[in-house]
Amino acid sequence: MTTVESIESVLERHPFFKDIEPRLVHQMAEHASLSSFETGQMIFRQGEAANQFYIISKGQVALEVFAPQQGAIPLMTLSDGDVLGWSWLFEPYIWHLDARAMVETQTITLDGAGLRAECDHNHELGYHLMKHSVEIVVQRLQAALMQVIDVYGLKKQ
Amino acid sequence: MTATVAHSPTRNLPNPMLPNPYRVQRVRKETQDTFTLELEPANGQSDFHFAAGQFNMLYIFGVGEVPISISGDPGKPRKLVHTTRAVGVVTSAMQQLKRDDMVGVRGPFGNDWPVVEAQGKDVVIVAGGLGLAPVRPALYHVLNHREKYDNVVLLYGTRTPNDILYRREVEKWRARLDVDVHVTVDRAIHPWRGNVGVVTRLIPKSPFDHLNAVAMICGPEVMIRFTVLELERRGVLPDNIFISMERNMKCATGFCGHCQWGPNFVCKDGPVFRYSEIKPFFGQRGL
Ligand SMILES: Cc1cc2nc3c(=O)[nH]c(=O)nc-3n(C[C@H](O)[C@H](O)[C@H](O)COP(=O)(O)OP(=O)(O)OC[C@H]3O[C@@H](n4cnc5c(N)ncnc54)[C@H](O)[C@@H]3O)c2cc1C
Ligand code: FES
Repeated sequence: MTTVESIESVLERHPFFKDIEPRLVHQMAEHASLSSFETGQMIFRQGEAANQFYIISKGQVALEVFAPQQGAIPLMTLSDGDVLGWSWLFEPYIWHLDARAMVETQTITLDGAGLRAECDHNHELGYHLMKHSVEIVVQRLQAALMQVIDVYGLKKQ
Repeated sequence: MTATVAHSPTRNLPNPMLPNPYRVQRVRKETQDTFTLELEPANGQSDFHFAAGQFNMLYIFGVGEVPISISGDPGKPRKLVHTTRAVGVVTSAMQQLKRDDMVGVRGPFGNDWPVVEAQGKDVVIVAGGLGLAPVRPALYHVLNHREKYDNVVLLYGTRTPNDILYRREVEKWRARLDVDVHVTVDRAIHPWRGNVGVVTRLIPKSPFDHLNAVAMICGPEVMIRFTVLELERRGVLPDNIFISMERNMKCATGFCGHCQWGPNFVCKDGPVFRYSEIKPFFGQRGL
């Protein structure tokens, strides 16, 4: 089995690609490669160009924000099966957070810049990618809101 | 409208309004503002039995009375265990109690977690913050009768790693091969290397069969709301989701109406509710 074939079969089974026709998944698989990251390695850094997104096959990744006096503050951890990164899809295509592998991590890395260019022509592909990415953004936003309101610390007034 | 009330011991109480004297046997600090009291009957005799999910009214002499869930093992009812967070007048006074101090106990009141209904199924317990205390008896019950259940999953979220309740016990459960325990914190503090994020994010990847699972949720109402959403998104039916509710209480016996919630009195119809039965008014303001 070639890498593209094995990546394609993983993508087909992944919830992010549910409802997407196999021919479109095949197109996406052509923009994908396998990557691995050592424990502690930065996957991307805030301010860098966001030209990829990742599907974590195995491992754990911390999304962090760097604060000058406090260092890296982990906001969320992602693990097997999670999709990492959506800044590649929205202007200005810059990462807003740091992503660091907490353990040895393997990903399927998708070439976001290439997919973006393809979506400009192939609107069906663009629609599906946008729809599924927005679903993830909404889920993460809900989670972030719960974190911000500090539910466990709340006292009734 | 009740969950699966296996029995209602309240009806058998001699006088449910009369506190029985109990002695503090042990006080354990759990986190900065949370502590556990182990109580024994002052006269040394006890036929106290409770079901997982029930609560007692604890009376601090000269201060007042508050409802607190029983958080011990229903298989060892002689040891009456309560874990409390100091938030106000009564619970702060309770925090000052020492060994051999006296407490008045009325109870047990309320219904129980559906540990019988869950037999033969996957059990998914989702707890947030102090919510692990009221649901711990259900986990004890399930682990005491492990062969009667399929997969057992505990998903636990707290504010920071320092707020993890029963830390040693959680670590022991995590080391077992027959329970899946996942802990997450909203804010990591060094040297935490575990999950960061809200507890609901643990649900999509948890090892349970959504068609054959019973979920029990305990924690702040906002957390319950989002947990229910995520369980439903995963395909768990509202009939198989149970939540524990808190409302201010006075009599705890269904007479005064203090704890009314929609058409229910939390003290006697709850505190455990089947989600499908309270769905129409759950999360509504003013209730
Ligand atoms: C069925 C049931 C089971 C419960 N089980 C437990 C338990 O196992 N452990 C436990 O610690 N508590 C539990 N509670 C909540 C507990 O009863 C209250 O925290 C307690 O009554 C507060 O009394 P107080 O006099 O200390 O605070 P008050 O002086 O009455 O209130 C002080 C402040 O705390 C706020 N407050 C009151 N209740 C709560 C609450 N539930 N959560 C957050 N803030 C609150 C008040 O609004 C006020 O701002 C349970 C409640 C119910 C109804
Ligand atoms: S507390 Fe009186 S009716 Fe519930």
